[in-house]
Amino acid sequence: MAKERKAFSNLMKAIERGEFVYTGELEPHRSIDLSDVKDWATTLKNTGKIVAANVTDNPRSDSAISSLVAAYLIQRDVGLETIYQLRTADRNRLALLSDILGAAALGLKNILALTGDHTKIGTTPAAKPVFDLDGTQLVALIHSLVYEGKDLDGNEIHGPKPEINVGVAGNPNMDPLEAEVLKLERKAEVGADFVQTQVVFDVEIARKYLRAVEHIGIPVLIGIFPPRSYGQASFFDKYVPGVTVPKEFIEAFKKFNEIEDKARRKEKINEYNVEYFVNFIKEVKKEKACAGIHIMAVGYPDVIGPIIEGVEK
Amino acid sequence: MIITREKPIEEILSYIEPYKKILVVGCDGCVQPPRGLREAEKLASMIEMAKKAKGQEVEVAATTVTRQCCIEGLRNQLKVDGYDALVSMACGIGVQVLTMVFPELPTFPAQNTVFIGYEEKREGNMYEACVACGDCMLGYTGGICPVARCAKGLMNGPCGGCVDGKCEVEVEIRDWKGEVVEVVKNDCAWYLIFNRLKQIGRLDLYRMYRPPKNWALATGPRRL
Repeated sequence: MAKERKAFSNLMKAIERGEFVYTGELEPHRSIDLSDVKDWATTLKNTGKIVAANVTDNPRSDSAISSLVAAYLIQRDVGLETIYQLRTADRNRLALLSDILGAAALGLKNILALTGDHTKIGTTPAAKPVFDLDGTQLVALIHSLVYEGKDLDGNEIHGPKPEINVGVAGNPNMDPLEAEVLKLERKAEVGADFVQTQVVFDVEIARKYLRAVEHIGIPVLIGIFPPRSYGQASFFDKYVPGVTVPKEFIEAFKKFNEIEDKARRKEKINEYNVEYFVNFIKEVKKEKACAGIHIMAVGYPDVIGPIIEGVEK
Repeated sequence: MIITREKPIEEILSYIEPYKKILVVGCDGCVQPPRGLREAEKLASMIEMAKKAKGQEVEVAATTVTRQCCIEGLRNQLKVDGYDALVSMACGIGVQVLTMVFPELPTFPAQNTVFIGYEEKREGNMYEACVACGDCMLGYTGGICPVARCAKGLMNGPCGGCVDGKCEVEVEIRDWKGEVVEVVKNDCAWYLIFNRLKQIGRLDLYRMYRPPKNWALATGPRRL
C-alpha cells in the first residue's frame, strides 16, 4: 500500500535498523533570539538518546520565527538532527515548494507535513488563511519532489533531487477511530514515511490506535507530554482537543501542587512523570507498529533523560 | 440564495451626503432576506427623515426591479432621469450592474453581501454552503461541501481539530445589524462527510486521496 521509501535522515535510518527511537520537540518563539531553544536542544542531544527533534511552525497559530530558519540553525549549531515542521495554513503550493527546496539545500532531512491549526485561533485571527494544500497533499508534493524530481504540476526541478523524509501527524484520540485509520491509509498511500501522534496519556488509547494502524505498515511514534505542573496537566485535560488525562494522574498532580517547597515539588513531579511514562512506554513498546516515542516536554527537557533510562533499565 | 445584511444607516447616509435626489432600488431576485419594494420604501423614508432632521433638502424615492444582475432588464425596467444618486438594495453584483448601466450616476450599496447559503426556515438561521468554486466535488463527499463548510477547506480531512464532531474554530452568529448574538462551533464538515459516506456504504470515497484543487477555476474575475 505504501509508496517507495528511502531513509535519508538519521531518524529514518535508525527506524529502519529496528531501533526504538526517541524524538523531542523544540518551540522557537516570536523572537530572533534562539539561545534558550538551543539550550534545550543541547539538553536533548546530551541525553545521547534523542535522534531528532521537531521544530514547530507557528504552533496553535501563534506567530513565531520561521521554523525553516530555526530548524537549520539548531541543527548547525547544536548538531542535533531536526524535524522541520511545515504547515499549509500559511503558505500556498508555490511557497511550500520554495521552502521544501530551501530546506533540502540547507541539509534538513525531515519534514513533518502539517495542515496546522486555523489562523483564527491564534495571535493573528484577521489573517487570510491559506490552506491551498492540506497536510496529505503536502506529503504528495514532497514525495513527488524527492522521488520524481517534479512538483504536482509536473514541473521539473533542476539538478539533484531533495533528500527528505516526510512525517505526518496522527490522532489516536479521534472518535470514530475508523475515520483516522482510513485517513492514515491515505497519507501512507501518497508517501508518508512515519507518523507522529498527538499527545496520549492513556495507554489503552495508544494501544488501540497502534493495533488499528498496524496493517498500514508505517512506523508510529507515540506522542507524550510529561507536564511540569498541575496547571499544565489540567490544561491538557480541559483545553487540548481530544486529549484526556487519566483521573489518577490529575489527582496526583493536584497533590503535588500543595507542596510549598519548590524544589521538593519539582522532585515529586519528576519522580511521578518518570514512573508514569516509563510504564507507559514499556507497554506501548510491545506493539509492533510502535517505532518510538515523541516526547513533547517543551521547556522541560531535563525529564527526558531519566524517562528513557528508566525504559532501558 | 445570496444572503445580504443591511449596512448601518450612518454608513449609507455618509455615502449620499452630497446628493439631493436619491432613488433607492430594490431587487426582487434571489437576495435574502427580501430586498424588494417594501424594504426599499422603508430605507427611503429612513434616509428622508434623517436628512430632514439635519435640515438638509432631500427627495428620496423607491422602486424595484426583477433582478439587478441583468443589464437588459435594468435598461428596460428602470428610469433614473432626474436623480443624483442610486442606492442599491441588492447584493454586490446589483451595485456593480447598476453602475455599469447608469454610469452617469453614482450607485451606493445599502447591503453587505455575506454569502451564498441556505436557511433553516423563514427568518431562521442561515448557513454558508457554497463558495462557487467552479469544480463541484459534492459527488465525492456525500453531498456535503468541504470547500465551503470546512473552515480550512480541506480536501482530505478531517483535521486534528475535530472534537466530538465539532470544528476547532469558533464562529460568530450575527444578526441583521451585524451584532454578534452567539458564538458557536460548527459541525466538522469532514465528520459529517465520514458519517454520510458510511451511511450510504461509500467509505471508499472517504478513503480515496483527493489531489490539490484547481483554484485557477475560482480565481476571479471570472467570465462565462
